[in-house]
Amino acid sequence: MADLAPAGDYRSSYREDMTIFPTRNSRIALWIGILLVACAPLALGRYELGLLINIGFMGIAALGLNILVGFTGQISIGHAAFFGFGAFTSAWLHETWHIPVALCIPLAGVATALVGLLFGTPAARLKGLYLAIATLAAQFILEDFFARAQWFTGGVAGRITEPFELFGWRADREESYLYVVLFAVVVMYAGAANLMRTRDGRALVAVRDHYLSAEVMGINLAYYRTLSFGIASFYAGIGGALYAHYLLFVSVEAFTILFSIQFLGMVIIGGLGSIMGSLMGAAFMVLLPELVQAGADALAGGAVDRALNLGNSISFLREMAIGAAIILFLIFEPDGLAHRWKQVKAYWKLYPYSH
Amino acid sequence: MDWSLLLQLTLNGLIVGALYGVVAMSFVLIYKASQVVNFAQGEFLLVGAWVCWWLLTEWQLPFWAGFLVTLAFMTLFGMILQVVVLRPLIGEPVISVIMATIGLGIFFQALMKWIFGVFAKPFPPIFPVERVTVLGLEVQSVYLLSLCISVLIMLAFAWFFTASKHGLAMRATAFDQQVAQSLGVSVPKVFAMSWAISAVVSAVAGVVVGVVNGVSSALSFYGIKVFPAVILGGLDSVVGAVLGGLIVGVLENWAQYLDANWLNWGNMVGVAPFYALILILLIKPYGLFGTKNIERV
Repeated sequence: MADLAPAGDYRSSYREDMTIFPTRNSRIALWIGILLVACAPLALGRYELGLLINIGFMGIAALGLNILVGFTGQISIGHAAFFGFGAFTSAWLHETWHIPVALCIPLAGVATALVGLLFGTPAARLKGLYLAIATLAAQFILEDFFARAQWFTGGVAGRITEPFELFGWRADREESYLYVVLFAVVVMYAGAANLMRTRDGRALVAVRDHYLSAEVMGINLAYYRTLSFGIASFYAGIGGALYAHYLLFVSVEAFTILFSIQFLGMVIIGGLGSIMGSLMGAAFMVLLPELVQAGADALAGGAVDRALNLGNSISFLREMAIGAAIILFLIFEPDGLAHRWKQVKAYWKLYPYSH
Repeated sequence: MDWSLLLQLTLNGLIVGALYGVVAMSFVLIYKASQVVNFAQGEFLLVGAWVCWWLLTEWQLPFWAGFLVTLAFMTLFGMILQVVVLRPLIGEPVISVIMATIGLGIFFQALMKWIFGVFAKPFPPIFPVERVTVLGLEVQSVYLLSLCISVLIMLAFAWFFTASKHGLAMRATAFDQQVAQSLGVSVPKVFAMSWAISAVVSAVAGVVVGVVNGVSSALSFYGIKVFPAVILGGLDSVVGAVLGGLIVGVLENWAQYLDANWLNWGNMVGVAPFYALILILLIKPYGLFGTKNIERV
């Protein structure tokens, strides 16, 4: 196949149309990207590596939410609760049953998927706004459960977790844990990209685009809506488990509604219904507080800082930045970063004859 | 069983429930008029209460003046939000509109924390605090006052929607936008007005809660408690909103009683309404009085 995609659509078979990476260059770019991240410990400090790890597990959970929101058209305002459930499950499995961490993470994903299916039963019957409210209730119920279930979460004290270990290789530092997260990201993203090419994936998109037509074509709406809820929870669980074994401590207070909203923000900012967009959105959301911090640091000591008391209210500024980013993206770039990226690519593809 | 305690809890529930009802009513108002689910309703309470607190303590205005200025501010606030944020999103999918109001909610909550701090601050004493005995139960006078204000607001709503020209225009818009437009109703104006009224009414509720309990970011939780109330009552029914609010208020107090005496789960006040919410959504998602046009699968 060619190095560059020709201007215009020359695909002549379904197989060609379904490829994830249509040109050789796009495949090379993917490998270079993975290689760059793999070499990151050589160049970056621990803090920056920590950010990369954050982007990784947030990106996995955001991808799950994107499958639910962007591909199936369902809404969930309780994603952080499922993320937290995955984190606690993995920690609990390891401590109580002494299952190796490498196995705990996928098991946590499965367990979270089961809980997601439980809360997804209303999802099978509801849509849009009513589902949003049902998942809002799920968020509060699960949060309450975390605070109450001492045997599971450690209660107010939280739960201490063990680092990732596989065949004697301990990933207890940023430099080594990065590879665990990178592996998970590649597997989960490849999984999602392939899911969307299967019958099930197309069924999800059909449910989103026109649920009546989908039903007429023989797609079982209730089944696919519930399924998509389960898949989203699975991704959230995996992301949460990775989070637990990175921080080595899970607090019951971490999984608030604000966190859920952050996940929704990632999906909106990255682009609804875009797989790579989820990762871009996660990167944006993780880097946004850093940007706010950098801005506050730049102003530190000046008149603005004294007048507005920036230094002590940085956490509020971050929250405001999240809210503002969501609103601004909705108004000015509703298709998200992925759409912007496509436009950049199209510009170069057609350059210099773009009209 | 302790009957007098149960009765006392029921009364408390009715008082809080009336406030939920008022907030739920203003939520339903926005939903009916402009089909927007406002996740920032609690922040209306918060902003209103803080502005009033600020006018009363920093500017030393008398209560009536501060209150009126707050109402005027909230009118503008609601209108500006509608015009600047929600109007560009007309015709966008539900998720975008929901996310925009959620974004607004986070933004204003953080902004209020930034400006006024995270600690609850009491209002200057406006009304004498004394205990009154009603039907053998002890009630603080401010609570009774808040109940009176809630009932007054509800009556005002009833009058507004049945007798005033603007209220009728609003109902016409809610019923059918195109027909309303052809009858000379300015739909954008109705949208802006519904947001303004909703913001003002929520702010009144916010000030009432602030006077009773002090102002803090906990006020915005009223905006979340509104969901069980409106779902129970039916999303597009004003009467349902009031009734739903009352039921949720009583329900959470009873749940607390049940919890304190037998279950010992803790925090049932906060969570019981959400269990109820899930149940209602499973059994009767259009609520008690809502229009039965939900597409079921």
